[in-house]
Amino acid sequence: MSSIPKIKSKSLSGQVLWAVFAQGAVLVVVLSAAYFLFQNTQANLDAKGIKSGFAFLGHEAGLPIGDSLIEYDPTKSYGYAFLVGILNTLMVSALAIILSTILGILVGVARVSSNWLLARLAAIYVETLRNIPLLLTLIFTYIIIIGSLPHPRDAISLFDGYFLSNRGIYIPKPIAEDGFGIFIIAAIVASVLAISFGVWARQYKRRTGRLVPGIWGGLAIFTVLTGLAFLATGNPVGSETPEFRGFNFSGGLGLKPEFVALLTGLVLYTAAYIGENVRSGIESVHAGQIEAANALGVPSGVVTRLVMLPQALRVTIPATTNDYASLVKNSSLAVAIGFPDMVSVGGTIIGQNGQAIEIIAMWMAVYLTINMLISFGMNLLNSRVQIVER
Amino acid sequence: MKNVSLISAIALVAATAGSAQAQTLEKVISEGVLACGVSEGVPGFSNPNSEGVWEGLDVDICRAVATAVLGDPDAVRFSPLTSSQKILAVSSGQVDMTSRTTTWTMKRDSAEGVDFTQVVFYDGQGFMVRAESGITDANQLDSATVCVTTGTTTELNLADFARAQNITIEPVVFEGKREAVAAYESGRCDALTTDASQLGAFRTSFIDPEAHTILDTLISKEPLAPLVAHGDNQWKDIVTWTIFGLISAEELGITSENVADLAANSDNPDVQRLLGASGDTGGFVGLEGSWMKDVIASVGNYGEIFDRNLTQTLGLERGLNAQWNDGGILYAMPIR
Amino acid sequence: MTQITSEIGTKTFEPLAARGAPTQHIGPLNWLRKNLFKGWLNSLTSLVLIGVLLWVLPVMINWLFLDAVFRGNGEVCRQSAGACWPFIYEKIPVLMVGVYPQELIWRPAVAGVALLALVYLTFSDRIRGFVLIGAWLALPLFALVMIGGAFGMTEVNQSLWGGLMLSILLALVGVIVSIPLGVMLALGRFYGSPLVKALCIGFIELIRGVPLITILFMVSVMMPLFLPPEMIINNLMRIQIGMIFFSAAYMAEVIRGGLQAIPKGQTEASLALGVSPNHTILFVIVPQALRHVLPPLIGRCIALFKDTSLVIIVGLLDFLGMIKGAALDPDWLGFQTEAYFFAAFVYWLICYSLSRYGRALENRGPNGAKR
Repeated sequence: MSSIPKIKSKSLSGQVLWAVFAQGAVLVVVLSAAYFLFQNTQANLDAKGIKSGFAFLGHEAGLPIGDSLIEYDPTKSYGYAFLVGILNTLMVSALAIILSTILGILVGVARVSSNWLLARLAAIYVETLRNIPLLLTLIFTYIIIIGSLPHPRDAISLFDGYFLSNRGIYIPKPIAEDGFGIFIIAAIVASVLAISFGVWARQYKRRTGRLVPGIWGGLAIFTVLTGLAFLATGNPVGSETPEFRGFNFSGGLGLKPEFVALLTGLVLYTAAYIGENVRSGIESVHAGQIEAANALGVPSGVVTRLVMLPQALRVTIPATTNDYASLVKNSSLAVAIGFPDMVSVGGTIIGQNGQAIEIIAMWMAVYLTINMLISFGMNLLNSRVQIVER
Repeated sequence: MKNVSLISAIALVAATAGSAQAQTLEKVISEGVLACGVSEGVPGFSNPNSEGVWEGLDVDICRAVATAVLGDPDAVRFSPLTSSQKILAVSSGQVDMTSRTTTWTMKRDSAEGVDFTQVVFYDGQGFMVRAESGITDANQLDSATVCVTTGTTTELNLADFARAQNITIEPVVFEGKREAVAAYESGRCDALTTDASQLGAFRTSFIDPEAHTILDTLISKEPLAPLVAHGDNQWKDIVTWTIFGLISAEELGITSENVADLAANSDNPDVQRLLGASGDTGGFVGLEGSWMKDVIASVGNYGEIFDRNLTQTLGLERGLNAQWNDGGILYAMPIR
Repeated sequence: MTQITSEIGTKTFEPLAARGAPTQHIGPLNWLRKNLFKGWLNSLTSLVLIGVLLWVLPVMINWLFLDAVFRGNGEVCRQSAGACWPFIYEKIPVLMVGVYPQELIWRPAVAGVALLALVYLTFSDRIRGFVLIGAWLALPLFALVMIGGAFGMTEVNQSLWGGLMLSILLALVGVIVSIPLGVMLALGRFYGSPLVKALCIGFIELIRGVPLITILFMVSVMMPLFLPPEMIINNLMRIQIGMIFFSAAYMAEVIRGGLQAIPKGQTEASLALGVSPNHTILFVIVPQALRHVLPPLIGRCIALFKDTSLVIIVGLLDFLGMIKGAALDPDWLGFQTEAYFFAAFVYWLICYSLSRYGRALENRGPNGAKR
């Protein structure tokens, strides 16, 4: 790496002295700049009588939030309101990561498909989405959703209890009834059994070389056992159907248009990038590898799973880590379409309260933490797929 | 790392150059231009017209202050501010004053580094709904979805109103006013809430204004006042008394047409004092004696400003904003 | 038949039946068979896609062209089911330059023509090397002088700058300032002493870890509090500074990739020839590294241009801001789809041309197929 500093001229001691001096000078400059900014801020805050500090987080927020995962009302504190925002950011990011991965893989595979039309359409999709700002995609998605769907009075009813309108998607909400506890315990037991079967199947394969369908067997065990428990407890899951009352649906689970638009926009945008990673992953696998596997008569499913995928992932995963991190950061554009994510709620608090420094610091801290967690998790995954070098 | 050291060197020089509180008046005079924060586009209050010239009641207040200080109504640099910027922009000195439909509240006045000057428009928060919805009173809005703008007192009032009435209102909060209006119009919300004066303005811009009704219910007091940075009393006095001057001028019957004549010929001592014919009212705040004469000649009195920006274009009534002796609560402190 | 015996058991190896000889036909029918109808799954996919296209394309073509109104006003447009293009023509000036004074519009127009000319010269490879770099450095200065006014031209205040002009200006100045800054950060991270290295890493990772919006909020709302009251930097300038810092952190990472890719032999050869370490870095390593990462640098330029659309959230009226404003014009209500469609088209056109240029560079660059 840094081979340059190793080359020393004749006056070695002079160089070292100079290096120490230079470092010291940099340190002094940086510290004095930091001190200067700090001093100014203090002076400005004092001169204008602006209260600073985090005490406001405990005060009553008084602001309404439209979409919340946890119970919220305006009597709750600013800190709690901010937490609502964080949870919304996390929820939309997590869902978008899952969905954009699925769509991205489909797009990437379609890009290299032997079907000319499919490959062309996938290319058009990628080139369109990647060359338009996400903000515009989000606004577009939002106006299409609220502009094309009907008023809840005339909501489109897909199935019984499923409604689609410009107030969002409303679906029946599962409700626990008698025997639900027993059912849950049975489901846990079933999944433990299924996983143990999978682990056993793998060990058996290692020991004897015989293939036992571990995944399918496990799934079968889980399905049969939970199904039996479901019947035995006499359908313990009821449902609360959304109903149109007054102005809107009440009851049921509702997804607001802002949430749906943000999720859709993020997924469409990120999938274009992930699709490209998947494509370059697939293309990075040498054609000879596939040809060799085919020549050996390995079934094509196995070629994909055991020859192509492990090698493609090596290229795909690092690039996708960056895209996941961007996705989380991009979710902050929620503010433009009225979804109460962390930035939107924080912006409101700044407007109400003037505590800009504190809120911006909190934003940055949360985003940095999320990003660190993502790269930590993805690095773990990455270290499993990379070649172990001798 | 040269860049960092360069920046900090400049910064250190700047820091030693002087840390005393800058006098806004001196700064405005030396720069020859008044930096005035306005909204991003509210018809009737501050909105650039098709030629890019800013127009509106808030804009005219900026022009009045610029005339009082610099003698030129066009010596203003308008900065459109978002709601999250409006307070900090003035408290940190990025603009010399903000005239941006901002509600005078205790918290803002005392703890956010700004001082309010004088109310230029008494407003109240109202609701607009679709006529077909059959709503006549705001308390029928239970379970309704309401579009609202973020960072405003509107947002808090809406939550307070729902609590007081014990109804649930589902808010959809937008960063900008125009986004909130567009979402309401496209049917995302059952109602739109903001200051009643603006509801009227927005309604006129709809394809079918008749399909929307503005409810009579007002749920809050919204005294809208320009603000200046906390701590410069002279500057605050200049803005405050310029506004009082505009209001007094209407009360005394001084208009942009007759101001020159009255300044020369009026026998009314109040008129003489206001126009600098006797006494030195301008001198109290560090301005020319004839400061209000120029102001009225260039932007007119309060009534003219109101009529030009709000009555003629939006059809707004004076209501609370009439003079105190004419059924309103507009009451200028004596200028003497 | 081969018998394979192992400790697990005995298995008989039976070779698969031989595949037929590959057919080598040409002609459109065979092309179809090979590319669209190879196997039942492939054929099914093709049929479904053709079905969807037959459904979507006519709708789009009708809206865009056949039912569209090309002349008239809002009233005429509302009668029609198609797109309303007169709305876009009428809004072109405001979309391009915002509320810039009309009598001075020729000035940004001249800057725009200069930009287009330079783009043409660059893309067609008419100018190269120092002339190219010099021209691109001079262009933003020229544009700033033309737009802002200097040397006796009427001054036009920055609060009047807007539209596509502002978006391009933000991106152009952002790119041109952030590349040298990025080079410095990358060098600091790669060759710097431990302290400088730590500071560079800290700066880069901090900026890359947070969304641009928070940086924009920071410069537009919070930065004034950091500065002494005498130091007034207007909103546009602060946002430009924020964009430069943001872009520089990403540029630095791209350039670091380039530094890493330069073989050690280059450094060694240069030092062996007696070139000083500083000159080695500046005149041997950095130029090669930059040439190496040109395509991803172009990618960052595209990203920065797309990111300028966020300034609308902190109160600047860039291209997207003007589009939003146009969509709410009372005379032309109800045509927001056209407005956003046009915006998407303009952004797409600019970004796609840039990315094509980037790809062309990739092909003729150091790793390219053609030399």
